[in-house]
Amino acid sequence: MSAVSHHPLSLPRFWAIVMKEFIQMRRDRVTFAMMIGIPLMQLLLFGFAINSDPKHLPTAIRAADQGPFARTLVAALRTSGYFALVREAATEAEADHLLKLGEVQFVINIPQDFSRRLLRGESPTLLIEADATDPAATGPAISAVRAIADSVLNRDLTGPLARLRARAGPINFAIHAHYNPENITQYNIVPGLMGVVLTMTMVIITALAITRERERGTMENLLATPVRPVEVMVGKILPYIAVGYIQVTLIVLAARLIFGVPMIGSLALLYGVALFFIAANLAVGITFSTLAKNQLQAVQMAVFFFLPSILLTGFMFPFRGMPEWAQWVGTCLPNTHFLRIVRGILLKGNGLAEIAPEIWPLLLFLAVAMTIGVKRYRQTLD
Amino acid sequence: MSATDLVIDVAGVTKSFDGKIVVNAIDLAVRRGEIYGFLGPNGSGKTTFIRMLCGLLTPDAGSGTCLGYDVRTQQAEIKTHVGYMTQRFSYYEDLTIRENLDFIARVYAVPDRAAAVQRSLARLGLENRSHQLAGQLSGGWKQRLALAACLIHQPQLLLLDEPTAGVDPKARREFWDEIHQLAADGLTVLITTHYMDEAERCHRLAYLAYGKLLTRGTLAEVLTASGLTTWTVTGPGLRELAAALRGLDGIEQVVAFGNTLHVSGRDPARLEAALAAHRDAAHEWTRVRSSLEDVFISLMGTAKDNFA
Repeated sequence: MSAVSHHPLSLPRFWAIVMKEFIQMRRDRVTFAMMIGIPLMQLLLFGFAINSDPKHLPTAIRAADQGPFARTLVAALRTSGYFALVREAATEAEADHLLKLGEVQFVINIPQDFSRRLLRGESPTLLIEADATDPAATGPAISAVRAIADSVLNRDLTGPLARLRARAGPINFAIHAHYNPENITQYNIVPGLMGVVLTMTMVIITALAITRERERGTMENLLATPVRPVEVMVGKILPYIAVGYIQVTLIVLAARLIFGVPMIGSLALLYGVALFFIAANLAVGITFSTLAKNQLQAVQMAVFFFLPSILLTGFMFPFRGMPEWAQWVGTCLPNTHFLRIVRGILLKGNGLAEIAPEIWPLLLFLAVAMTIGVKRYRQTLD
Repeated sequence: MSATDLVIDVAGVTKSFDGKIVVNAIDLAVRRGEIYGFLGPNGSGKTTFIRMLCGLLTPDAGSGTCLGYDVRTQQAEIKTHVGYMTQRFSYYEDLTIRENLDFIARVYAVPDRAAAVQRSLARLGLENRSHQLAGQLSGGWKQRLALAACLIHQPQLLLLDEPTAGVDPKARREFWDEIHQLAADGLTVLITTHYMDEAERCHRLAYLAYGKLLTRGTLAEVLTASGLTTWTVTGPGLRELAAALRGLDGIEQVVAFGNTLHVSGRDPARLEAALAAHRDAAHEWTRVRSSLEDVFISLMGTAKDNFA
């Protein structure tokens, strides 16, 4: 209440404002959806989808020894729930390739004379290679391995073999954390930020671009000129692609100079693939802007897209820790694939062949979003 | 008159939104060099009709040509030869006047763009303001900019949707002088307005209500066709008098114009009979020529009856 006012507070006046707010809230469907949708989405994502103790991580076995102890050990690893034995690798090269592609998180190497050396009490070495680009994904599984091996072998080592139990450890574990040996979280987060930052800014900027034209009335004028829908769309996208590249460059520089993130792969390849990702996000923004009635709605829609893009893509939480439905949602989002590409190129030194399986989903997404955008845009006045 | 003299020639043009008919079977023919006034209450379908003429909307039914191009299939060609000024200012407020004109000139691929922009700045007296942001302009200057922009590609037809709404009388007069000059040079102009004085400056008129074309022709033709007789009355107690007159047999409408009442009816004899009982020495009664406004108010009343 202002100081000069001589009127006391009026309940009816206050109530008039309250009622008006409720009516407007009900009319503004998108805001309403946001009020209900955001908490629901967060509940679902944080409550069900996000798991900081990821299990069933795809694992390849390279077993040079098929003896009984090796088999017991493999069975125990499987029942622990942490490892899903999906592949068998015959050679070291094959194992490396699987890790590089990201098809498996772990390779468990059982050496040739594992059972024999175990019986001799020579503590044979079990080598576990991990794709440690995301330390959060591999950490819990690795710490589980040691306990599993001890308890399982103790069960098998009976009778005359019981003497082996007494020793500090019947087998040695060697763990190779590939790509990020020191388990530095920044190595995973900083390249991942590239996808997140691009998603947020690209979608919001373009979502506003066409909505602004409509809100200010300039769209009608634009449509009355000979300009074609595709010209408007591509013309609006192009300047923001340049903006996207500036962001990519900023993040690459910061990653290198401030965080010391290793950059093994080709930056040229990264810049090339980034084009598809930037374009895909811009197309989403354009599609939103054809759906939104005003700039506020456009921003709200962008938030709806942004939330799963950070939570379900493997940026914040291990992708493989999520239940299957969440992984499916994640697979549909361009950021999931871009994160794998960026981490693959920078940390693993992946080339075009290795990232190809992640490029085509990006292209597919781009094509679908662009088609919807152009189709929707055509209908804006009729 | 040959067919090529008709810049707009459409028949049966119809458009509905969500099952509601907004434009209902309109026929319209506009000759080259003509200023054609389009009148009607808000929501009568004027804007929708104009949007169909300039290729922004496709008619649900009906056919015809605009500048010789089919309004259903050749919308791209129409757009390049038509200048359309929207009801709401629709240029970029965060661009300067010159940048706006330059953008529009590029979009229309105007040859020798720099010169064209300069010419249009000069013609409309915008040279000194060319570096001002469009958003900072007053209503009158915004309207000048909009006119300059929709003329920059030298269109053959100008579609103006309430161009003078919210513009002061002097600026309006200057605007109309400009429009007459353009028409004299051979440009055809279709203009919607709510102002009767502007309607009277048009060569021909059409009146639209509830999506239907109710009357059309020159000013004289429209007045004659209405068949309306009007009396004015001045004096004391006009409000009571108006209440007493309303609803009497022979009186179709009683409208207050300041200190004068306009009493109109279609049958002069019945109208006079109805008035006779209310004539007294305190009031001055004069029979006048019905104004365009009387006619349009009457048309609107009739249209409402038909609609119900």
